Amino acid sequence: MPAAPLLQIATRYLAPILAVLSLLVLYRGHNLPGGGFIGGLLLAAAILLVAIAEGWDVVNKKLPVDPLTLLTLGLGIALLSGLPSLFFGQPYLTGQWLPGLELPIIGKVKLGTPIVFDLGVYFAVTGFTLKCANAFAEES
Amino acid sequence: MWLVAVVIVPLVAALGAGFIGRIPRSARPGVLFLPAFLAWIGLLVCGISAFQGNLPTAFSLAWFPQLEVNLDFNLTGLGWLLGLLITGIGSLILLYAGGYMGGAKQEARLYAYLYLFMFAMLGLAFSDNLILTFVFWELTSVVSYLLISFKHEYAEARRNALQGLLITGLGGMALMAGFILLASATGTWRISELALLGDQVVQHPHYIGILTLVLLGAFTKSAQFPFHVWLPNAMSAPTPVSAYLHSATMVKAGVFLLALFTPILGQTPAWTWTLSLVGGITFLHGCILGLLHQDLKKILAGTTIAVLGMLVFLLGLGTDKAFHAAILLLLAHAFYKASLFMMAGNVDQATGTRDLRRLQGLRRLMPWTALTAGLAAFSKMGLPPFWGFIGKEYAYKAGLDTAVPIWGTGTLLLGSLLLFAIAVKVAIIPFWTKPAATSAESKVSEVKLTMRWPPLTLAMLGLLTGLAPSFLQFPVDKAVATITNAPFEASIYLWQGFNLPLLLSGLTVLGGLAFFGLTRSPLLNRLAFKPLADSIYDICLKGVLDTAKHTTKTLQSGYLRNYLLIILASTFVLVFYKLYRFGGWPSLDWSGAGQPLILGVLLLMVIAIWSATTAHSRLVALISLGSLGYGVALIFAFFGAPDLAITQILVETLTVVLFAWVIAKLPDYHPLSSQRSRWIDAGISLTAGAMLTVLVLKAQIIELGPRISELMVDWSLPQAFGANVVNVILVDFRALDTFGEVIVIAIAALGVWALLTRPYQPKPKPASNPNPSKKES
Amino acid sequence: METLIAILIGTLFAGGIYCMLRRSIMKVVIGLMLLSQAANLLVFTSGGLTAQGPVFLSSAETGSTLAQADPLPQALVLTAIVIGFGVIIFSLSLLLKAHQAVGSDDINAFNKTDQVS
Repeated sequence: MPAAPLLQIATRYLAPILAVLSLLVLYRGHNLPGGGFIGGLLLAAAILLVAIAEGWDVVNKKLPVDPLTLLTLGLGIALLSGLPSLFFGQPYLTGQWLPGLELPIIGKVKLGTPIVFDLGVYFAVTGFTLKCANAFAEES
Repeated sequence: MWLVAVVIVPLVAALGAGFIGRIPRSARPGVLFLPAFLAWIGLLVCGISAFQGNLPTAFSLAWFPQLEVNLDFNLTGLGWLLGLLITGIGSLILLYAGGYMGGAKQEARLYAYLYLFMFAMLGLAFSDNLILTFVFWELTSVVSYLLISFKHEYAEARRNALQGLLITGLGGMALMAGFILLASATGTWRISELALLGDQVVQHPHYIGILTLVLLGAFTKSAQFPFHVWLPNAMSAPTPVSAYLHSATMVKAGVFLLALFTPILGQTPAWTWTLSLVGGITFLHGCILGLLHQDLKKILAGTTIAVLGMLVFLLGLGTDKAFHAAILLLLAHAFYKASLFMMAGNVDQATGTRDLRRLQGLRRLMPWTALTAGLAAFSKMGLPPFWGFIGKEYAYKAGLDTAVPIWGTGTLLLGSLLLFAIAVKVAIIPFWTKPAATSAESKVSEVKLTMRWPPLTLAMLGLLTGLAPSFLQFPVDKAVATITNAPFEASIYLWQGFNLPLLLSGLTVLGGLAFFGLTRSPLLNRLAFKPLADSIYDICLKGVLDTAKHTTKTLQSGYLRNYLLIILASTFVLVFYKLYRFGGWPSLDWSGAGQPLILGVLLLMVIAIWSATTAHSRLVALISLGSLGYGVALIFAFFGAPDLAITQILVETLTVVLFAWVIAKLPDYHPLSSQRSRWIDAGISLTAGAMLTVLVLKAQIIELGPRISELMVDWSLPQAFGANVVNVILVDFRALDTFGEVIVIAIAALGVWALLTRPYQPKPKPASNPNPSKKES
Repeated sequence: METLIAILIGTLFAGGIYCMLRRSIMKVVIGLMLLSQAANLLVFTSGGLTAQGPVFLSSAETGSTLAQADPLPQALVLTAIVIGFGVIIFSLSLLLKAHQAVGSDDINAFNKTDQVS
């Protein structure tokens, strides 16, 4: 059991904030710095923080999915996001967009397959980092 | 469309041949015969109809339309004739093979290969696209390899198969290069279009190159001197294979190609001289091989080489008469040679030997085979009223043309005379001599029906067509028309009156008999000989293998340092050469040197590099690397790349965190290398660094055309609805690359997982515990 | 400015190559990390350096924006950073296992599998 109460308390607040931030970064990546890679790394950092502070047992218990599943999920999402373009006779992974929406708080929202693809990258990067960190931790 | 259907039939049959074991053994030859026969009927009927204009002669299907590489098929007279031979003789061969193999181990494999070969050969006959032709061409080589090595438990068979594949395969490579050169010279990949270009190819500056490469391909395939060496060795294949591939069809592919390309590349001095010289030498050399060998099949292989040489020689003469004679001879050879090979197979199976010195008086024991041999041999000798007589007569006629030099005529006469002698040796002596008194051969009995009829049918064809030659006039005319690229019509007569060719025929008979008498001398029969060309092949192959081994030993030393040095040295040479060639020097931009902030960051980074390189403690190295990474992130941030800066910071942080987990387990440094080698390495790496610096600086002045990024910036908002161009490139414009990258990190994760989560167990040393059972007692 | 960065890249390469030529496997991994940084910077610099600011388009402007940083090398480098991360992690775990298996940290002891008879 890691004996670092200060880190544990800080983690309790920092990790959720980082996790939410990672989603925000993922979403706004299309127009401002951010995106799937940065978001995924941020989320992984948040979870690693918990792992350092509380230990891997806590992470494994709290995390709804195994990192490897997360990685597979990310790959699957990225793979599927390329398929719609095939229905329109365009090359694989050509971006397809829905007409723009006006939402009350967020404002103008434009949804399309590239955003889904970015989500896949997000999950894959998180899964990769966590899986490796997990393996390293188990090794030692 | 019908053309493709005909080509596909053998492919389907090849796939179906695997199920032959489910059919009763007695029905197998018939079942094998049927698809090829159907293809033959279809080709015959539809072909005639197509030449009368009732059916299309061309068919095309897109394959790589962007490269103009398509599945183009076209019916030419020559291709049609070849196709009829392939399917017609093929059906008889398969019938024969069904009897010959008769329940032998892995017979289905042989049938499948034979049909696969038929498919490849038909494709070659009808292909109208250079690439497609090459594909089928190589496919025949590959199938030939599989068939020669059919009895792969014998090292000899494997060696011979490899020899055939290497020679014909390398020829195929040359052919491919020739085709590419040809297409780049003319701008078309279609053979039918090339044939219409007149002498455009001949006038082209690359003509000699194209000619050399195409001829290399054709000569290796058709076993022309000095590439003939593989053909006698290919006789280690089962006899149906030798009869089909290595006499009647595959070796004709080279001749076919030469004939097909005569309108495109032919009628130049280079063409005429090469073909007639190589063909003439091959002709005589093949005859000599046939005389020297004592193995039935090897003798026949020798005469096959001879006839192939004769065909090439005739094509080289370049007159209409010579083309006509070549086609007539090709038909004659297909009839009698396949038949003779099957005869050899019968003798082999009945007596257990193919050694001529041990074969005597088989006439009474094998009357049907003796009849077959006799009929085929008469055609081969060129005696009337056989088709072979017509072929030889027309060849003499072409050879007596005023345009042909006297040595050409002489070659034809001498070769035909030798062929006559060999025919006597091979098909008359084993049957019509006094039977030997040994008991072993008296047990010999005639072979079964399915092995009796196919060769006899072919031998009879040689007689019947000779009696009524006008039956074959239509396909022969069509085939010659393809070579001359103009309508052609000439009646074929068996009897042309008393003329000079007939006189030469008479001379052939007399000379042949005389020569045969000479070869009966015991001296020749005792010669055990290995052809010189075979030894040369062995030396070449050994040289290649030794060089490969030596190179591997030198390059794959097992020391990372050596690999790195080789890579570095070659990079040095190439980059320095390029830098040297690329003159000019950019104006050095020192603008950053005035800003203390930037200068400070850079200095810190250099210090970090120094400490990471020289540190003796893992922790110091890790901290240096971390600060170096943050420095790089600062550079990214400063030069307008916030995405990169954020990613870099996150990655550096995570790297340090992950490192920290295992740092205690990592090995520490020990100075392992000597002081001297460290100085040398420092010199090498500093040179490399300096080179890279120069490279970066020089890269500034290279103008690489319009920048793609400008287009991407222009498209980003209107087409991809994203203001962050970097992200738009990643997830939209180049999403496939990103997807590939995600796959890479997934593989890395799997690798890390597999490496680390499985505990390492050292292998138990077998020597330490030699006898575990003793411990228990 | 390019000159200074070019010298930095050269220094990174020199350090990386020197480390990779060492016999201690730990040094080889350090060298790999240095090389990866150097390569990223090299690609980044190849697009031309400008302190003008990143490419973020507002909906008003659609014309070409020469003054801004080139986004294409940035996209390349971004993937390269993450790939480099994966490579480092993988080689690190490889190093750990190889060290256990061979029982030495001398890279010259690792050549058994490469030798041709």
